[in-house]
Amino acid sequence: MAYDKFNVLTSTVVPLPNENVDTDQIIPARFLKATEREGFGDNLFRDWRYDVEGNPKMDFVLNDSTYSGKILLAGRNFGSGSSREHAVWALYDYGFRCVVSSFFADIFKNNCLNIGVLPVTISAEFAEVLFSAVEADPNTKVEVDIDTQKITLLSTGQSESFDINAYKKENMKNGFDDIDYLLNLKEEIEEFEKERK
Amino acid sequence: MEKKTLFDKIWDAHVVKSVPSGPDVFFIDKHFIHEVTSPVAFLNLEKRGVGVLHPQRTVGTPDHNVPTVDQDKTIKDKLSRMQVEKLRDNCKKHGIELHDLGSAHHGIVHVIGPELGITQPGMTIVCGDSHTSTHGAFGAIAFGIGTSEVEMVLATQCIMQSKAKKMRITVDGDLGAGVTSKDIILYIIAEISAAGATGYFVEYAGSAIESLSMEARMTICNMSIEMGARGGLIAPDETTFDYLKGKQYAPKGEEWEKAVAYWKSLKTDDGAVFDKEYHFDAADIEPMITYGTNPGMGIKIKGNIPSTEGMEGSNKSSYLKSLDYMGFAPGEAIQGKKVDFVFVGSCTNGRIEDIRSVANYVKGKKKADNITAWIVPGSREVEKMAHEEGLVKILEEAGFELRQPGCSACLAMNDDKIPSGKYAVSTSNRNFEGRQGPGARTMLASPLTVAAVAVKGEICDPREIF
Repeated sequence: MAYDKFNVLTSTVVPLPNENVDTDQIIPARFLKATEREGFGDNLFRDWRYDVEGNPKMDFVLNDSTYSGKILLAGRNFGSGSSREHAVWALYDYGFRCVVSSFFADIFKNNCLNIGVLPVTISAEFAEVLFSAVEADPNTKVEVDIDTQKITLLSTGQSESFDINAYKKENMKNGFDDIDYLLNLKEEIEEFEKERK
Repeated sequence: MEKKTLFDKIWDAHVVKSVPSGPDVFFIDKHFIHEVTSPVAFLNLEKRGVGVLHPQRTVGTPDHNVPTVDQDKTIKDKLSRMQVEKLRDNCKKHGIELHDLGSAHHGIVHVIGPELGITQPGMTIVCGDSHTSTHGAFGAIAFGIGTSEVEMVLATQCIMQSKAKKMRITVDGDLGAGVTSKDIILYIIAEISAAGATGYFVEYAGSAIESLSMEARMTICNMSIEMGARGGLIAPDETTFDYLKGKQYAPKGEEWEKAVAYWKSLKTDDGAVFDKEYHFDAADIEPMITYGTNPGMGIKIKGNIPSTEGMEGSNKSSYLKSLDYMGFAPGEAIQGKKVDFVFVGSCTNGRIEDIRSVANYVKGKKKADNITAWIVPGSREVEKMAHEEGLVKILEEAGFELRQPGCSACLAMNDDKIPSGKYAVSTSNRNFEGRQGPGARTMLASPLTVAAVAVKGEICDPREIF
C-alpha cells in the first residue's frame, strides 16, 4: 500500500552496532501471527528489549532515553535470515524511516524499499564516523537526502553518497509502490504470456 | 554466441520488461503461499479491489504455525487458528489449490512442492519464505519474497527484481563416510561466512554435487540464504528427471519427452563467466556443527571454537555476545558438550532420506536419558513412508517422539519450543538467538550427527560408531 513520501530526513540517530542482526531478532517468529499489518512496533527487537516477564532491559538502546530518532544506525549484515516483511513493518511502526548500515541482507533491503523505509548503504569507515559521533553526542543529527543521494553528519559536514536505482528513488519520493506500476503493465504481461506459449 | 550461465538462461526467459535504470519486471511460474506471510497480501488486494490473476499458478499449505499433535482437532492457539482459517478462506475465495491440515499432501511448503512434482526445471518459483531456495535443486530460479511481493504475484504474476550477480561454487571429489550434504553446505557457509554470498545467486556444481540425490541437493540449495545468497540452483540431470517422472504434476507422455528435451538444455555453457567462483575439495569436508548464533559460525565436530585472536571492535564484541548467549568460551572443544534436545525435521532435513538416516543409525540403540528427541516429518507423505518402511517403530523403540508434519521447532511458532538455556542439536537451518524458543541454544548439524548425539547425549562425531 502507499506510504509516506520520502524526501529529506533530518533526525537524531539510534545506534545498534551489533553485526549480523537477523530478522528473527528484529521480530521473533512468535509475533508473526497477525492477519493485519498493525502493532508490530511493540514487539520490535522484543527479546533484546524485554526480559521473559516483559520488563524492559535497560541496557538495550531502545530503552535508553539518551537515544531517539527516525534513523537506525545498524552494524554490518543487517536484516539477514528470514524474508519476513514483518521486520520492516515493525521498524516502520516503531517510527524508523531510514536504516543506515555498511551492509544489508538482500531480501530485507528489498522489503524496506517496498514499504517506504530507506536503506542507506555507506562505507565501513563512514559507519565508524557516525557511530563515534553519536556516541560522543547523542543529540547529533544526520541528514538523508534522497534527491541528491547524500547522507551528511550535520555537526561536521562530513558526507557520503549512496546508491538507489532511479526507479525506486522515484517510488520513494512519491510514496508509490510496485503494485501500482505492475497493474498498469497488464497488457504487456498478457503479451509476454502469449508469446511464451 | 553469447555464453550464458544456467541462471542467465532461466532469468532472461522470464523478463517481461526491463525498467530503465531499475529492476526487471519478472514473470513467476509458480507461487507457494502459507498462513503467515500471505494474509496481509490478500487483505491489501481486497482494499485495492484487485483479484488474483492466475489462481492455478499458486498453491497453498499451512505449515509455519501449525501444531504437530492433534491435527485433526481445532487449533487451540487463537492467533494461529485465525491465520490458518484466513488461508483457507483466501484459497477458497480465489480458487487456489490448498493442501490443508490432515489432507494427503499436507506438509512444509518446500517439501510438498517437489514431492508433488509441482517444482520443475527452468521454472521461476517464489514464496513468502526465504527457504524457497530449496526448489533450486531442480534447476529452477527459486527465492523468498516479502509480503508486498506476494501481493504483486497474486495480482500480476510478476515482481520487480534486479538481476543478482552470479556465483559458482564447485565441490569436486568424493565425500568421506559419515559426511552428508548438510555437512557440505555447513562447510561452505563456514568458509565464506553468513554474508559471503549476499547479492549473488549461486550455482552449485562439481562431481560431489552431481553424485547427490535430489533430497540431498535440496538440503544444499535450501541453506543458500544462510550465506546471504538470494538463491541457489543445480543443473538438472538424469537424477532430476528420474525423481520427477511419474510425480502427480509432472508432465506425462509426449509432454514429458518435450519437457525433458528442454530441461537438458538447462546448463551453464562452457566458457560462461561468473562474477565470483569458489572451489572446494570434498575430501576436506568432515561432519560439521555450529557453535554460535548464525549459520556461518560452524566448525568440524572434531575442531575447537575459534579464539578471538585477530578480532577487534564490533566484530569481536558481536562474537563474544554470541558465545555468551550459547554459554561457550573461545578456544573450547565442542565434542563432549552436553545436549538436552535433538530435533529432526524442517524444510532442510525433514524428508524421508533424513528419517532413514536417523533410523538406520539408532536401530537397536536407545537415546541417552538426558535427551528429548523430536522427529517431525516434512509432510504427510514422508510420515506415511516412515510408517510403511518400519522407521517409526525403530525410532520409537529408540525413544524418539514422532510428531505430525509442519515447520515445528525450526522456528517455534507453535508449542514445539526448546526451553530457555537448553541446548538443542537440530537438523534445521538457523541457530539465531531465540529461533527455537526464547533463550534456546541451537546447534545445527546433519541428521546423522543428530542421531549420534541423541544416543551419546553429548556432541560427538557420528563416525565413531560408523
